[in-house]
Amino acid sequence: MTTAVEDPGAPAPGSAPDSGVVHGRASARKIGGGLVGMVVTGYVMYTVFMSFSILPEVYFDSAVLIGVVAVVVGVGGAAVLFYFLNMLVEGLPQRASLGLIPYAYLLPGLGFISLMLIYPALQTINFSFADQDSESYVGLENYKTIFGSEAFRSAIFNNLLWLMIVPAVTVALGTIVAVLADRLSTRGESVSKSVIFLPMAISFVGASAIWGLVYDFSIGDEQVGLLNAIWTTLGGEAQTWLSIETAKLNSILLMVILIWLQVGFAMILLSSAIKGVPEDTIEAARIDGASEWQIFWQVLIPQMKGTIITVFITVLILVLKVFDIVYVLTNGRDNTDVIANLFFKELFARGNAGVASAIVVILLLAVTPVLIYQVRHFRQEEMNR
Amino acid sequence: MSSTTVTKEAGLATKATRSTPSRTPGTMKDGRRRSWVSILGMLALCVLWTLPTLGLLVTSFRSRIDAASTGWWTILFNPGNAGWTTDNYRRVFEGTDLGSGFVNSLVVAIPATVIPIMFAAFAAYAFTFMEFRGKDFLFVGIVAVMVIPIQVAFQPMLNLLGPRGLDISQEFFAVWLLHTGFGMPLAIYVLRNYMATLPKTIIESAKMDGATHYQTFWRLIVPMSVPALAAFAILQFLWVWNDFLIAKLFLGSGGNATVIVELQSLLGTQGLGRELLTAGAFVSMVLPMVVFFALQRFFVRGLTSGAVKG
Repeated sequence: MTTAVEDPGAPAPGSAPDSGVVHGRASARKIGGGLVGMVVTGYVMYTVFMSFSILPEVYFDSAVLIGVVAVVVGVGGAAVLFYFLNMLVEGLPQRASLGLIPYAYLLPGLGFISLMLIYPALQTINFSFADQDSESYVGLENYKTIFGSEAFRSAIFNNLLWLMIVPAVTVALGTIVAVLADRLSTRGESVSKSVIFLPMAISFVGASAIWGLVYDFSIGDEQVGLLNAIWTTLGGEAQTWLSIETAKLNSILLMVILIWLQVGFAMILLSSAIKGVPEDTIEAARIDGASEWQIFWQVLIPQMKGTIITVFITVLILVLKVFDIVYVLTNGRDNTDVIANLFFKELFARGNAGVASAIVVILLLAVTPVLIYQVRHFRQEEMNR
Repeated sequence: MSSTTVTKEAGLATKATRSTPSRTPGTMKDGRRRSWVSILGMLALCVLWTLPTLGLLVTSFRSRIDAASTGWWTILFNPGNAGWTTDNYRRVFEGTDLGSGFVNSLVVAIPATVIPIMFAAFAAYAFTFMEFRGKDFLFVGIVAVMVIPIQVAFQPMLNLLGPRGLDISQEFFAVWLLHTGFGMPLAIYVLRNYMATLPKTIIESAKMDGATHYQTFWRLIVPMSVPALAAFAILQFLWVWNDFLIAKLFLGSGGNATVIVELQSLLGTQGLGRELLTAGAFVSMVLPMVVFFALQRFFVRGLTSGAVKG
C-alpha cells in the first residue's frame, strides 16, 4: 500500500519527493495564504447565503437566480475551501505536513459525520432524559410516558408487523422476479427489470399519491379506485380500505406500497447474485437428476445467501424508519401508527423534545443489533480482501 | 453493504455469450429454451407493477368531473373520445406553488449531491491510499454510522440551526448541510470500496514523478473513479429530491418548500382541487424518472456497491 508517512521498510526512503513541500521547511506564505483563504472563502459564502433571505431584492426576488447563485457559491465555495485547507497543510514543515495530510483530507467528511450524526445521537440520548424544552432533567419520566401510552405500544406492534412482513416479502418477490428475469431473452429481461425497478425513482409521497388513487373510495355506485372497482365487480361492497382495522388490513395495504417500491432494489441485487452462481454447479446438479425446484432451493439459494441477507437487512433498516407513507396516507389513524410517525407528531405537532427523543432512542436501540452485525460482516469481508 | 460486490456490475442483462445462435421454434437467440412460465409470470408482475402509476398518469389528463365519475381504465377502451385535457397541469403551475417547488428542489438537490461527493472523495482517498493512526477505527466507525436512523439528528439540529442557534433553518443552506452529513458515511464507504480496486502501481508512479497527494487526487483518482462518483451522485440526487422529512422540518412549507413538500400539502386537499394532485404528483416524478432512465446503469452500480442508508 502506498503510504504518506515514509515506511521505514520501503526501498530508498526519501528518493521521491512525497509532497509539494520539497524543502521540508515551513512555508509561511502557504500557511498564511491557506488560513486567509479559508477565512475569506468562509466569510464570502456565509454572506452570500445570508443575503438570500435578508436582501432578496439584490437577486430581483427571483428564486431561479438565487438558486443558480446558491449552487455556484455552494459547490465552488466548498472546492475553494478545500484548496486552501490543502495549501495550509502543505505549508507546514514536512514532517507535520505528511502526518497531517490524511487528517486534513478526512476533516470535512468526518466533521460532517460528527456534527450531523454522532453529536446529535449523543445529544438525543441526553434530551431523552430531559423535559419537553430540554431544560431540566426528568429522569426516566419520558420513557415511562411512552411505555405507558397505548399509542406507543400500538406503534411498536405495528412496526414489528412491518418488520416481519415487508423485508421477507420483498426478498421473496425480488428473488422470484430475478429468477424469472434470468430465464427471459436478453431484451425481455432488460425491459421487465426496468419496469419493476422504476418505482425506485419515485418518492414515498409520490407513491402514496399513486396508491391513494388505487385505494380510493367514492360515494355512489361508480368506483374510480382500482381496488374498489375490482372488489365491487367481484360482488363485494365498496370499502374505505385504509380504515379497515380488521386483521390489520389497513397496515398491510400501506406495506404493499413499500414493497412495491423496494422489490426493484431487491431484484437488482439478487439478480447479480444469480448471475454470479457458477453455471457448472447448476449443470452438475442437473446431470445428477435434480429437478428445477431442487436446483433452486439446494444450489441457487445457498450460493445467494450473502446477498439475500444484505437485501433483507437493508430493507429492514428502511422499514424501521418507515414514515412518509403512514404520515401522508393515514397519519396513524385507525391503528396504523408507527414509531417514526409518532416521533414526528411529538416533535412537530406537540413540540415535546423529551418524549420525541425517547422514541428515537428506542429506534436507536432497535438498530443496534444490525449495527453490530454490519461491523462484524465488514471485518470479515476485509479479511477476505 | 458487502464490499465485494462493488466491482460486480449487476448489469441489466448480458448473457449473449452463453450459447450458439441456432434458432428453432421454442428457443431464444442464445439457444436457451423459451420458458413460457417465466414469460407469463413476468408479464403479470410487470402489469401489476405498472398499473398504479399508469392510473395516476391517465387520471392526470382527465377533467375533475370525468375522473370522479368513471374509473381511469374505462377510457383506455375508448381513447379517441375520452376528453383528454392538460388543464390540470396548467392549473398546477398557475394555481399552486408546485412550479417554484420544482425549482427549489433543484436548488436543494444539486449542491446536496455535489458537495458530499467532493468531501467524501477526499476522505475515501485518505482511507485508501494513506496510512495513519486510527484508520481502521475510523473506517469501522463509518460502517457503523451508516445504519443510524437520521431521526436522531432532528431535535439537536433544530436547536442548532433554528432560531435558538444559527437561525438558518428554513434556508437552503441548512438542508445542504444536513444532506451532506447524512449522505457522507455511505459516500465515503462506496467511494473507498471502489478506490480500493484501483491499481496501486499508478499511484506509486505518480508519487515517483513527484506529484503531491492533491495533484494525484484531482488528476488521477477522480477521473478513474468516475463510475463510482456517478453511481453515488445518482443515489444521492434521488434521495435528496425525494426526501420529505428533512425538507418538511428544515425548509417548511413557505417560499423555500420543495416539490415533495408541496405535493404533500396537495395530498391533504379534499374535494375541489383534488384533481390537481395527480398532475402535481407527476410533475414531482418527472425529473427523477428521467435521471433514472438515462443513468440506470450507474444507478444499479451504486445500489450493488452497498447502499445502506440510515
